[in-house]
Amino acid sequence: MSASIQIGSAAPFRYVLRLADTCLISAQRLSEWCGHAPILEEDIAMSNIALDLVGQARALLSHAAALDGRGHDEDQLAFLREERDYLNPVLVELPRGDFAFTQLRQAGLALWLLLFWEKLEASSDAELAAIAAKAVKEARYHFEHAGDWVVRLGDGSEESAERMKAALTTLWPYFNELFDADDIDSTQTLGPAWSALRDDWQQRFSRLLQDACLPVPAASKYQSRGRQGVHSEHMGPLLAQMQVLQRAYPGGKW
Amino acid sequence: MSTQQEWPLWEVFVRSKAGLDHKHCGSLHAADAKMAVQMARDVYTRRQEGVSIWVVPSSAITASDPSDKGAYFDPMEDKVYRHPTFYELPDSLNHM
Repeated sequence: MSASIQIGSAAPFRYVLRLADTCLISAQRLSEWCGHAPILEEDIAMSNIALDLVGQARALLSHAAALDGRGHDEDQLAFLREERDYLNPVLVELPRGDFAFTQLRQAGLALWLLLFWEKLEASSDAELAAIAAKAVKEARYHFEHAGDWVVRLGDGSEESAERMKAALTTLWPYFNELFDADDIDSTQTLGPAWSALRDDWQQRFSRLLQDACLPVPAASKYQSRGRQGVHSEHMGPLLAQMQVLQRAYPGGKW
Repeated sequence: MSTQQEWPLWEVFVRSKAGLDHKHCGSLHAADAKMAVQMARDVYTRRQEGVSIWVVPSSAITASDPSDKGAYFDPMEDKVYRHPTFYELPDSLNHM
């Protein structure tokens, strides 16, 4: 059994790490659809998107490890941290729910990542800029793909519209965390503060909801704090499944 | 799933990076043309196979009848003179 690793608290490191964790944990949730999507073609599409997110997470984790300077590699950062040291927003750790829930979350996240990568392309950190330049193309497609599903289902049958509305009601308060401001964002100089993405995201996501005949919900005051390591009850089981192999077979490769 | 059976079938044609023409590479189910292009992208170009995709409703294709195969194609078997293999080409023509 591998022991957990300790990580640093420097703002640049944590800034990169929580972006990496956002990609990593959403990839883990999305990959749960492998073999379970409603049709074969979508099964492959979702797996492709999950793998894109894993790729983004790997590049960011490697870079974060270098910034942290403790000699960890991407695998150790991905698999050997305690729950409180994962810094993803709670949004991405929520159980995958039904197909409507997954696609709505994916659309919101993909749009957010798209806006993030567009700004990160101008980073003073050449490696982050390069990661963003590659990822921005992937995110553009992810948003198109999930966004189309949101419109199809929201403006679809009675049942699909009901499921989209239910998903929106559940997810809406959790989107807040994507735009939360804190000391890490305000002291780092590598890329955009998360709060700087709010207006663009609101505008484009509202347009998507309108296309999908879904009412734009009123602002919620709820504030989840996954970015500070305070996770929901769903995070533990997710990590157990994600970590079990690396914990049981330290350094295992396949 | 019932909706899956209702979705029409599409034929997918992909042009590779070096290729000049779109080649048929398979078929898939999708609700409409836009979804078919996306699905084709995810199913048939995930290993960098292509730079352009066409999708065509399978129902739009009129095919030759397999039972006509003998009448249609066998007569060409002994028409060797239809192949332009009796010409000598100048060396400068490499790509005929």
